[in-house]
Amino acid sequence: MYRYDEFDQQFVAQRVAQFRRQVKRRLAGELNEDQFRPLRLMNGLYLQLHAYMLRVNVPYGTLSSRQMRQFAHVARKYDRGFGHFTTRQNIQYNWIKLAEAPDAIADLAAVEVTSIQSSGNCVRNITSDQYAGRAKDELADPRVYCELLRQYSFLHPEFSYLPRKFKIAVTGSPNDRAAVAIHDIGLRMHKNEQGEIGFEVLVGGGLGRTPYIGQTIRKWLAPEHLLSYVEAILRVYNMLGRRDNIHKARIKIIVNQMGIDKYRELVDKEWELTKNGTLKVPDDEIERINAYFAPPAYEKLADRTAELAALRKDDRRFDRWMRGNVVEHKVPGYAIVNVTLKAPGRVPGDVTAETMEAIADLADRYSFGEIRVNHRQNLVLVDVKQSEVHELWQKLVALELATPNLGLLTDIICCPGLDYCALANARSIPIAQDIAHAFTDLDELQRIGHFTINISGCMNACGHHHVGHIGILGVDKRGEEFFQLTLGGSSDQRASLGDRLGPGLPQAEVPRAIRKIVDTYLTMREHDERFIDTYRRVGIEPFKASVYGADAEAHAA
Amino acid sequence: MALIKAGKRVEDPFVDASGADAIPPSGSVIVSLAQWQAQRDALLARGTPLGIRLHSDQSPEAIADDVQHFAVMALEFPKFRDGRAYSYARLLRERYGFKGELRAVGDVLMEQLFFMLRTGFDAFDVQQSPDPVAAFETALKDFSVWYQPTGDGRPTAMQLRHRRR
Repeated sequence: MYRYDEFDQQFVAQRVAQFRRQVKRRLAGELNEDQFRPLRLMNGLYLQLHAYMLRVNVPYGTLSSRQMRQFAHVARKYDRGFGHFTTRQNIQYNWIKLAEAPDAIADLAAVEVTSIQSSGNCVRNITSDQYAGRAKDELADPRVYCELLRQYSFLHPEFSYLPRKFKIAVTGSPNDRAAVAIHDIGLRMHKNEQGEIGFEVLVGGGLGRTPYIGQTIRKWLAPEHLLSYVEAILRVYNMLGRRDNIHKARIKIIVNQMGIDKYRELVDKEWELTKNGTLKVPDDEIERINAYFAPPAYEKLADRTAELAALRKDDRRFDRWMRGNVVEHKVPGYAIVNVTLKAPGRVPGDVTAETMEAIADLADRYSFGEIRVNHRQNLVLVDVKQSEVHELWQKLVALELATPNLGLLTDIICCPGLDYCALANARSIPIAQDIAHAFTDLDELQRIGHFTINISGCMNACGHHHVGHIGILGVDKRGEEFFQLTLGGSSDQRASLGDRLGPGLPQAEVPRAIRKIVDTYLTMREHDERFIDTYRRVGIEPFKASVYGADAEAHAA
Repeated sequence: MALIKAGKRVEDPFVDASGADAIPPSGSVIVSLAQWQAQRDALLARGTPLGIRLHSDQSPEAIADDVQHFAVMALEFPKFRDGRAYSYARLLRERYGFKGELRAVGDVLMEQLFFMLRTGFDAFDVQQSPDPVAAFETALKDFSVWYQPTGDGRPTAMQLRHRRR
């Protein structure tokens, strides 16, 4: 893991002191709310319905057990004993008092965690593949470049007052688990014809009320130019992005208005003048950071032993969990274990302080003290010995963290919704719970196969509804909550936006509609086709007919 | 309102005529881009120090070849949240070679001074009350570690790590 050196340490301490002063000035009335808002946002403090929310970064999704324990401490001391993991590898606390926020931030800084730029019109937490450094299919560990970007972006003097927020995600694998195509900048590592590692650069992706899939602005970028190229993109955006209308201020709007070719031309013109300047990344800086991500001291272990096979054969529940939640590790004898936060009835992404500590203990005991956070609101133990997987499973079962639904229909992404959020139109959490209750048969879930359901309580799309295989959007119609379904969205390497299925449904009808969509899929699928592939093959009509049937007209009217 | 330079409150020798109908016939003046473009020859013929004030939607690219004519460039922050002038300041300093006074005007507040300093501003029309000099000094001391190279020459954390090796 990356460890702060004295520079990082001092920077973060100074940032805490600065924020303490800013809060003091606000409480003393020296700053008005308008002047204070961007300052608190850039420290992760966001005003919600009932209280301040503190959003804390888990940079590129990597966390130590010590940091997780501190999350638990912050949950207990400053909140109501729990936290919520989000789609951007953040943890959010929902009940923070303004006067205590600097102390909470100081406690986090003590374990090298910050809330810097987790909100505000600046470069946000850099996100990545939760399996980074461990996945069999990756070219190189993307976190090295994430860390470079993290340092580069923190309190950037030129880009702290951008037209709007700016999100960057990096994947080191061709199988995109970081949803890079829905970010303002998405970086996809791949090799050029000479076999050198570099990045395809996507720009202008994003969800919200005007969703776009990112477009390729550059096919291959050498890592040494990463910062200068990102700076060129940011500079053009900072100067030309719209400032008159918050809903048209994201980079996706300007990229799509002028066209990707024109935007590329402007960026290239800028970049030509800076690419060989001070932002060129020296090899030894990459090496310095890379050393922090050196793999742990793996033992030489037997892979896929007969013992493990026997355990799976003896216990169907264990076998099912192995198939669903455990992923192949690049080192023989080890496994990547997903810890799902999606047991039926629980709030997706919510974790109590006690559970955080239990997971930290498990990480220390079984996985070199490291924990990952994915963008689908689950946690991961990435370095578990296959010989200990069964023992770990038993402990996870006892903690209700072993629901074998990773990537299945009930592995739902869900925003906090109207239960917490001032922007929301509808309560998204009860919908997630209703669906989870309607699909509790694990055999059935497995038969249905890979499925993503993403729920947002409003069009700001924190729950990524546009890119769910089924997307659910809460809308308000004359004071009543309705839910708008979309089908066919995806955030992987073949990213796509979902198509609107039909008129919004009342809450009570949503689980039944999902059931009908699933039934239609099961009757139409060929072989082991995933839902998304069936959908792409047959289109929306059969699903529309199944949900709205003969009353489609009546609903529309 | 107070003009702060090098940490001190100073008298402003310039008259800002950028919003006025007529430019005073003598003395140091700051003009708008439109005034400069319309009266360029006459302004140069005055032989007095000249300044220009740019709105946040006016890129300094428009005067990139003229920077040597100006003693002062005033970049406007219509709202402190409008960050365009940070980019403009860097272009003026690092690309167009402007060596004169780069003045931040408009909604210039204490909590953003640090960013202005780093992007190349060296004069601040600070709106802060009651004590703009103290505000300036406080903001200056906030950080001693910087991650990004800009034209101000302050070594970045990355550069310091390298020197140490």
